[in-house]
Parts: sequence; C-alpha cells; structure tokens
Amino acid sequence: AMDTDLSSQDRKDLDKFIKFFALKTVQVIVQARLGEKICTRSSSSPTGSDWFNLAIKDIPEVTHEAKKALAGQLPAVGRSMCVEISLKTSEGDSMELEIWCLEMNEKCDKEIKVSYTVYNRLSLLLKSLLAITRVTPAYRLSRKQGHEYVILYRIYFGEVQLSGLGEGFQTVRVGTVGTPVGTITLSCAYRINLAFMSTRQFERTPPIMGIIIDHFVDRPYPSSSPMHPCNYRAGEDNGAVYPSVEDSQEVCTTSFSTSPPSQCVFTVTKAHFQTPPPVVTDTLKVPVMGLAFSHQLSSSRLSYQPAALGVGSADMGYPVLFAGGLNAAHPHQLIGPGKEGGVPPVPSQPAHGTQADQERMCTPLDGVHYSAATPSSSEDTETVSNSSEGKCGSPHDLLETIFIRKVGAFVNKPINQVTMANLDIPFAMFAPKNVELEDNDPMVNPPASPETESPLQGSLHSEGSSGSSTGNTHDDFVMIDFKPAFSKDDILPMDLGTFYREFQNPPQLSSLSIDIGAQSMAEDLDSLPEKLAVHEKNVKEFDAFVETLQ
Amino acid sequence: PLSSRCCAPSSAGPAMNCRAEVLEVSVEGRQVEEAMLAVLHTVLLHRSTGKFHYKKEGTYSIGTVGTQDVDCDFIDFAYVRVSSEELDRALRKAVGEFKDALRGSGSDGMGQISLEFYQKKKSRWPFSDECIPWELWTIKVNVVNLANEQERQICREKVGEKLCEKIINIVEVMNRHEYLPKMPTQSEVDNVFDTSLKDVQPYLYKISYQITDSLGTSVTTTMRRLIKDTLAL
Repeated sequence: AMDTDLSSQDRKDLDKFIKFFALKTVQVIVQARLGEKICTRSSSSPTGSDWFNLAIKDIPEVTHEAKKALAGQLPAVGRSMCVEISLKTSEGDSMELEIWCLEMNEKCDKEIKVSYTVYNRLSLLLKSLLAITRVTPAYRLSRKQGHEYVILYRIYFGEVQLSGLGEGFQTVRVGTVGTPVGTITLSCAYRINLAFMSTRQFERTPPIMGIIIDHFVDRPYPSSSPMHPCNYRAGEDNGAVYPSVEDSQEVCTTSFSTSPPSQCVFTVTKAHFQTPPPVVTDTLKVPVMGLAFSHQLSSSRLSYQPAALGVGSADMGYPVLFAGGLNAAHPHQLIGPGKEGGVPPVPSQPAHGTQADQERMCTPLDGVHYSAATPSSSEDTETVSNSSEGKCGSPHDLLETIFIRKVGAFVNKPINQVTMANLDIPFAMFAPKNVELEDNDPMVNPPASPETESPLQGSLHSEGSSGSSTGNTHDDFVMIDFKPAFSKDDILPMDLGTFYREFQNPPQLSSLSIDIGAQSMAEDLDSLPEKLAVHEKNVKEFDAFVETLQ
Repeated sequence: PLSSRCCAPSSAGPAMNCRAEVLEVSVEGRQVEEAMLAVLHTVLLHRSTGKFHYKKEGTYSIGTVGTQDVDCDFIDFAYVRVSSEELDRALRKAVGEFKDALRGSGSDGMGQISLEFYQKKKSRWPFSDECIPWELWTIKVNVVNLANEQERQICREKVGEKLCEKIINIVEVMNRHEYLPKMPTQSEVDNVFDTSLKDVQPYLYKISYQITDSLGTSVTTTMRRLIKDTLAL
C-alpha cells in the first residue's frame, strides 16, 4: 500500500489539531495582552480537554471571534490567520503594534506521524508562543494599560497586512511544524519604536470593513460591556453569553458560513474602568515631587539621585514614592508646585515587579521618564522649572517637560527632535520631546563615576563630591510610583519610600573625608614645632601640676 | 535536581548528538538570580511534559502542564515558567548556590551555569549506569558593578532587552526539532524523564556551575580588567 496519501483518520485528526491549534494560539496571544499575569495549574491526571497537554484557558468571546474569523476554514497557503494587536488612546486614536501570523506553506513532510509527532510539536510551538508573547515590546505596554490607553485585538483571516506597523518593523519567528499537508509557521511582526512615529500615524485609522464593536468609543464605561477578560476565570458571566469550546465541539465543525470573514474590534479592558471615565487631565494629576521638602529637611547639598522605579536600592524591591510632605493617599490629587519649582509633576509608572496596585495608578506609556532637578542645580533647573511652575493644572504644560527614553536604551537620539507643546496632535504623549541634547545624553557621555577614594566614600555621598550631581542635573531620569508596598499613607504625610529616598544619600561625615582628614593631619604636623615650643615654655607649670598628682 | 540520581559519566567521552548552546549575559550582582531563573525556566518549559500515565498495551496518557507569568524585581523583564513549585524550588536552590559562589572567594564575578539534559543507559552489574547527555545549555555570566543609581536604571532596562533576545534564541533552538529521546516505555521512563515531581515531568537534567577563579585568571579576564581600569580614569 502506498503511504503517500494521508489516511482519512489521520487527515481528520490533522485538521482538528490545526483548528484547535489556531484557537489556542489566539487565546495565548490575547491573554498575553490583557495586562495581567496569567497563571494556570498543572494537573497530573489528564483531564481530556486540555489541548496539547497545556493548561490554556479559553475566553469564550475570544474563541467565538476566532471561529467567526475562520468561518470553518483552516489556515492554508495564502489564507493566514492573523491576530492584530493595537493600542487605542483615551482620545480615540489607534495604532497597530503587532500582527501575529499563523500561516501555512506548501512544504510538506509526508513522513511525519500526525497523531504523535505533529501533536507534540504543536504543543512545543504553543510553549514557544507563551514565551515569545512576553518579550515583544507590546507586552510591557499591555501590562500598563489603563487610563490612557487600552490594548485591542482583531482577528482576520486571509492575506497578512503589515502596512499598519509603520516603517522598520521587526519580525520574530515563533516556530514551525511540518505536517503532511504543509508547514505551519507562526511569527510576529511588531512595531519597534513608538518614538519614531511619523506624522502620518497621527491620523485616525478608519475601520476597514465589517463590524466594529468598539466599546471604548460607544460606551465610555466598558464595564457595561459583556466582555470582562479579567473575570474570565470566574467564568459565570461569560459562560452565559457564549458557549465555551469544551462544551460544544460540534458547534465549530458545523458552521458552514459563506459570508466573508468578519472583522471585529474588541476592547480588552480591565475591571477598573468602572471608575469615572478616564480623562487625560485627571490621569496627569500627580503629587509634585518634593524637592522643596528635601530642601527643608537638610540644608546641605543633596545630590538628587533618581531612584529608578522598583530599584531604589538593593534593599528595596519596590518602587519609591518621591512625594514628600504630600498626601500620598490620593495620588490623583493635584498639589501645587514645589518651592524650588524644580520638578515637573509626573505621572507614575508602575514597576514591572512591583506589588503596588497597578490598577489605581496612572499608566503612562512605557519608557517615559521625567527629569528631576537637584535643589542645588543651576540654570538647568531654571528651564525645567519655568515651564512647569504654575502650570500644573493642564496636561499640555505637563507634557512639555516629558523626556522620552526609547525602548532601545542605547540608541542615540536625533538632535532635531521637536518639542510637542501642542497637544492637538494625537499620541502627543508618545511623541519624542526634546530638551536633551546629545551632549547631555548619559548614553553618549556617561557621567563620571563618583570618586571613591575610601571605601566609606563609596556608600556615603560626600558634600563636595562632584560625582553624579554635576552635569546631570536635568538628565536624572526618574520613574515615579505612588504605591510602594508596605507604605502607610494615612498616618504620616511622608511614606516609607520618600523617607528612604530622602535619607538615602546623607552627606558624608567630615571626619571620614580623607581630604579633611589629610588636611588636618598636615596641619597637625605643621603646627607641632609651635606646640612643642609653647609646651617648653610652660614646662614649669607642667612640673608643678605633676607634683600635685603625686 | 542538582544531584540527581548520580551516575558515572559516559566512558565513551562526549556523546554524539549532544548539542550545546551557549548564552552570555552581563548583569549586576542582584540580577543574577532572576536572569538565570528566566533562562532556565524558559528552557525547562520546553523540555517538560505532563506526567505520563501508562495504561495497558503500552499506551499512555499525558497530564497537563500549567504555566504562569513571573515578573522580575531587578530587571525590566517578565517570563513564563511551568507551574510547578517543586521545579521552581529546585532551580532556585541551584541558582542561589551559583550566586553565592559568584559572590565569594574573590571571584572576578565571572562564572557559568550549565543545564544538561541526559539519558540514562543501564549497564549490567558491576558497572554503574551511564549518563548520556543529549542537550547542554551553558549560561556564561559576567557580574558588573555599577557606580550609581542612573547606571543601575540603565542596567535594568538593558538586561531586560538582552534577556528578550535570549528567549528568542532559546525558542529558535527549540524550533529546530532536533534530536529528542524517544518516548520511553513504562520500564524505561525513568531513564528519560525525571518522574519524581508530582505535577510535571521534565526530561532528566542536571545543573552544575563553575566560577572563574581569580587565581586561574584567563587572558580574557585580565584584558577586561585592564580595559575597565583604563576607562575609569
């Protein structure tokens, strides 16, 4: 018997595998963009319903949309299944971030065993997909979605369209699996860099075709929509709306649809949208950084070292709040500019690893840093402070002082970046803002390390040390978070994070400073002859004194 | 497990079909653990299956592998690992020892940790079983010391980006679908898989590490120190 043709059982199995692989692929991708950490349990006893031996939950709406897009077909040559991930701001502007493509090419592997090898390789490919979905730039963006933007997905079937990703998009291959009917390939094309957006992207992209269910625009309270991906584990709500895939395997096989695949846009939102509608102004109200406060605490010259978010120091595994003397319990309240006027109000940026309550915080885009001027700094502070002082009410002015650090940390910034003071342009928050010349870019000219002449000096920052306090006054990027874990914000006006921050770099004890020590020693040595002469003169008094002791 | 069922290394020398992959990372001291765990877990995610349940007539069913996201505290990075506390504990223990070794004994901050997958080949008494490696992952680590907060912040991001690249590299290797041990019969399963865990079943593996001793300074290390000192002036 010839083995070149697939047995009918194998063919049926293969088709089923490919179909469920496609559905699971969509689930993995969409779940990776919900903005939450995913966790499923291993189970040693096979449940029989976990495709590819992986515990991947099925969000019913997502399965429904995927099936609608596929309309009973399977990926084949020229007919790819694509999951488009895009970002949509609270102002309604969208931008495509990624296109995940499940494609089939003609290269067949006739020898391969369907029920065994293909199945296991598909399982491996799904694991790779789990890993890769966390390493593209959109992952971090999606973890921070919330008030200012949300991440949406769209599934379509047919030809892959990559034009919406802008120029210079990159591709990552997740993997391939050969089958007797062709080779399945899974890959992702992604936009690399938000800061390089061309002005063309600022136009609103009109819907292409089909039905657009845009909950964000139609209903500003997406909580009223039937979609609650963050609740999907509970299952009860969603189960009522759509049949889950386990219950109705027949459903997918019997829908012979002749209509063109529909394209739907869904808002993948988080439960916290039940709070008042996000307005850009609201989200940018933040406590002003307390440089004034730090100045009151100590009149010595403190070098303001940015405590990077979630870093602080080796001892602090959680982000640090800069707001000194402020009511940190209400991070959304606006408080007036500090006396020094040095620091512009900043939105927060939750750390990747923080335990802080992300949902309640502002969630600006990834990579936005803000300058913190030192209290003792000079004219550099002036430029920053002038723009922020007295203007804290409007987001327009806040954004003037935004510095964007690109995702690629070591990329040189073009000198001719434009300052976007005008917020009429959509995505203004994403646009590069220039205040920083290349010379001041610490990537180009790294700051001189503080002198460490003594081991003690390494940890204490001396008053007079040049170190990093000069030349970086407006280059000190800070990332701010409101909610350091364990901080009490109702008892003390200052929380643990601020306290730690303020006292992290006390001035060095003068006695420990080698300069002063050396100086005094030199002085001592010089003055010795004098002192000896004086003592010689008074020798009689000393002798008398000694007599009294005996 | 670190000291898994010990067996004599194969007397035939390096096994055929043992592919070796090397990854290199430069990290700050406190990032060592998370970076190692991220890489090791990613590899083991691809090299673990559900528990096998053998039935009559040589067929078997496979349990389900759950996964979970892990956020790093000292690196701007997140990865996926298998949902198995036992496996996580075993890796953390190994990585913890590696980190301590890197810190102490005047090491130059350079070392490597290896994850080796092997098969056991039973030999007749009095010979002990052979361990035949079929895949070896080596992560070379260079610990850097940073001077100030700004550099640390940059390092957080940079290491995060590097780890993204490593994950992509690992996935590329996994996708080659090269040699994997044959699925074993019930009597052979312990020669191929680690069946000691209760919820998942990784291929048999061992983790070992080496620290570059300051005494055994290699030329590379000396050059690096020279360059570092020069730039610090």
